[in-house]
Amino acid sequence: MVVRIVRNFFKRVLGKLIKSKGELKLGFYGPPNAGKTSLGNRICKDWVGENIGKVSKIPHETREIQFKEKVDIEYKGKTMTFKMVDTPGIATRVDYEEFTKYGVKKDKAKQRAKEATQGVVDAIKWLEDMDAVVVVLDSTKNPYSQVNITIIGNLVARNIPVLVVGNKVDLKSADLKKIESAFPEYDVIGISAKYGKNIEEFYESLFELSKKA
Amino acid sequence: MAKKKKSGKKSGNNKNKKGKKKFKKLSLSFVPYSDIAKLKSSERIKKLLDIVLDNRIVILQGRLEPTEETSMIQSTMALVDRVDKFTGIELAVIQPNEQENMVEKFKSHVAKFLVGERDVLTIMGPASIVKEVKRDPSKIDLMLNDE
Repeated sequence: MVVRIVRNFFKRVLGKLIKSKGELKLGFYGPPNAGKTSLGNRICKDWVGENIGKVSKIPHETREIQFKEKVDIEYKGKTMTFKMVDTPGIATRVDYEEFTKYGVKKDKAKQRAKEATQGVVDAIKWLEDMDAVVVVLDSTKNPYSQVNITIIGNLVARNIPVLVVGNKVDLKSADLKKIESAFPEYDVIGISAKYGKNIEEFYESLFELSKKA
Repeated sequence: MAKKKKSGKKSGNNKNKKGKKKFKKLSLSFVPYSDIAKLKSSERIKKLLDIVLDNRIVILQGRLEPTEETSMIQSTMALVDRVDKFTGIELAVIQPNEQENMVEKFKSHVAKFLVGERDVLTIMGPASIVKEVKRDPSKIDLMLNDE
């Protein structure tokens, strides 16, 4: 415990000195199908003109860590450079039969499940390397899931600054207030990554987050 | 040593050949905090996952550290790959009312420091039995698989 605290302290202090003029590692974390890659794509399209990854309605589409380096984001005359790290959705269960409901053949569904479990392991491994994290939640879903609480609890334990984003606010069943009451200690930004709604507000919050990193 | 409790659960409209209702067994294992207090993180995780792999629902007095929770998710994913028909876990933590005043919060922090988070319960079950845990601030619903 003490060793971890000391190690984290030195890592953060030295990390800040080293990265003062470099890029900030920005992780996108959350449960599957919350829209992490959609948000990553929105940002990358806005600033580098290309996507970071493929999106799909089938859960666990992102099964490997995806990067986009040197993403310069400008806000109110200031520029910050990010290394975007899009991670597989974190889940406590992966069942190949869930994928077959979307028309995926049994063999491919099993392979997808195998890759998805490894993706979860990798996403967690990468957590401590992040300078700041955007936790992307689906605002149409119940936010009180233990996975969400575990991710945020881990970031707090590792002193990594967090921004909570409620995605899919364009949908009728979106309930941003529920996310706000689940995580009252954090700023919660409601966005639609798909349609770009509130994206300016998101960039403003991202800059605020970066100051804490 | 985990103390095992057993309770019966009706299996809906399922009936046997004689037309009598069949009952499904649901096994709960209560794990007191004292059982895990002195264990290393890896041992705690193993102890809890062993119970889940035995198709029982764990009711743990207390909770794991956030970093232990993520380690448990990693271990669970490794097991999904290795153990036939194991698809993972469902878990939830029930905490007492968090809207406490400053004095109560201070007392809670001191108690947590001295004896651990004993006023918290962790519920954890195999995904094959627990379909979903619906958690709201005031209640937890365990949605069980109807198989």
